[in-house]
Amino acid sequence: MVNDIKYLENLAKKIRLKILDIVTRAKSSHLGCSFSIVEILIALYYEILDITLENWNLANRDRFILSKGHACASLYTILWQKGFITETILDTYCQNGSPLAAHPSLGAIPGIETSTGSLGHGLSIGCGLAYTNKLNNIDKKVYVLIGDGECNEGAVWEAALFANHYQLNNLIVILDRNRLQGYGYTEEIIKLDPLHTKWESFGWNVLRVNGHDIITLVKTFKTIQNNEGPTIIIADTIHGRGIDFFENQLEWHYHSPTQDEFIKARDALI
Amino acid sequence: MRTAFVEELTNIVKKDKDVILITADMGYSVFENFKKQFPQNFINIGIAEANMVGVAAGLCLGGKKIFLYTFVPFGIMRCFEQIRVDVCYQNLNVNIIGLGGGITYGKEGSTHQAIEDIALMRSLSNMIVLCPGDPIETKALIHEVIERDGPSYIRIGKAGEPKIYTPEQKFTIGKNIKLNNGKDGTIFTTGNMLASAKRLVAQLQQEGINLNLYQVHTIKPLDKSVLNDELGKFVFTIEEHSEIGGLGTSIAELLYENKIYLPFFKISLPDTFIKEVGTQEYLRDIYGLSVNKMRDRILSEIKNLL
Repeated sequence: MVNDIKYLENLAKKIRLKILDIVTRAKSSHLGCSFSIVEILIALYYEILDITLENWNLANRDRFILSKGHACASLYTILWQKGFITETILDTYCQNGSPLAAHPSLGAIPGIETSTGSLGHGLSIGCGLAYTNKLNNIDKKVYVLIGDGECNEGAVWEAALFANHYQLNNLIVILDRNRLQGYGYTEEIIKLDPLHTKWESFGWNVLRVNGHDIITLVKTFKTIQNNEGPTIIIADTIHGRGIDFFENQLEWHYHSPTQDEFIKARDALI
Repeated sequence: MRTAFVEELTNIVKKDKDVILITADMGYSVFENFKKQFPQNFINIGIAEANMVGVAAGLCLGGKKIFLYTFVPFGIMRCFEQIRVDVCYQNLNVNIIGLGGGITYGKEGSTHQAIEDIALMRSLSNMIVLCPGDPIETKALIHEVIERDGPSYIRIGKAGEPKIYTPEQKFTIGKNIKLNNGKDGTIFTTGNMLASAKRLVAQLQQEGINLNLYQVHTIKPLDKSVLNDELGKFVFTIEEHSEIGGLGTSIAELLYENKIYLPFFKISLPDTFIKEVGTQEYLRDIYGLSVNKMRDRILSEIKNLL
């Protein structure tokens, strides 16, 4: 690993704290699903992805699509840490006049690969980018982070067929398996399990990891550098991870912290 | 018109290898040669229109220019939201060839007819809406769209439409073609009604009624220069589209918002699913779009206007 694990683990705390801060101030929502992907984003942006502010306008670089666009408070915060935006911009999150909407928009700031927010779109777009790289002989990878609830969308499975048919071994999907969606637990709303065999039967390489274990995430990403066909990593995560009273609580998909809750959550993080 | 599309596509791809055609399993007997000649520029994505639009967006973000090809209802209605978000919101060079505009496929039933498409596509920001009327116009517009940034919707018929224009005719997106001059009144037509509208104007001329005839191949953005023209005493619009949101609506908005309060008549399909089964010609006659029915309607409407 390029970075010390302690540094990255501290960074995860720092990022959660900042997300908590901007979401609270914006009286916004989606804390739970933003917290579940923090380690995934750190592993990608600090150890795996060849994406920098300097190469952002070039074709010859990796691509990252946050298909579950509603968790973009996490992405914006990582982009701040990586120098794509200033803290002043980040602090405008969801405020009047800000470039940072609650669902990311192409062109609003550098670092946003494509506009997302409507679920079930990102994987098809990722397929298009991965296929372009094949046609243009660009040896770079396309990473798409999707939600588990998002797999309710039929378009995800259309794209899954495409990626297998064209053997897109430059496409890597991370599935944030936090087990909560709009109205409750995924398995109670519309059954997804066995997710592993579903994706396998679509012809994908399927790996399963603890989505909060940065070392394992990085190792896993590195093992799939030369696979045949597309790969999906099912990352078991905890919705609201990092703050005990957020964890696995659906209300933190919607709720904006009060000042008291903010202080309590902040203290739990520190 | 679809033959014209494939011919022009072939010309374009010969020069620009970044242009890719994606079909949703349509085009049997149409694309075989193209596919053989340019395998890298052809994707049959399968019967999966939502994925088709998303993949097109991804290819564009990677620097490609795209034509999508399928029947109108599946290619724009099933995946309307993908077109809105992936293509229009991001203003990408994705050009949707809508096969079977209007009641081209009359015998196939309402699932395969497309009488709401202009209304849908013109409501989307960044989208331009083109309705060519013959193979020559189709080729010219196809050639133009791929050169510009941003998305377009091109409504075509099927194969075998007659040529109306001469090869010398010039076409510009957003600029009507004026096919006849007359002082009495004006007809605006679009897309596949062009041939009938031309015959209609010739017939009326024999009866002493002289009309302007505009072919509005670009419904969005609409050519505003007609506001400076002498339109005569009345305006008719002719389209093979629902009365809601198509050419008639567009022209009425343009005129009324610019304080041109001429008697205005829309010749279009009614706001209904078409229950009768039959050829395009048969259905046009039932719904008042045959040349004879249009002539009768016009003569009756303008009785007291001239």
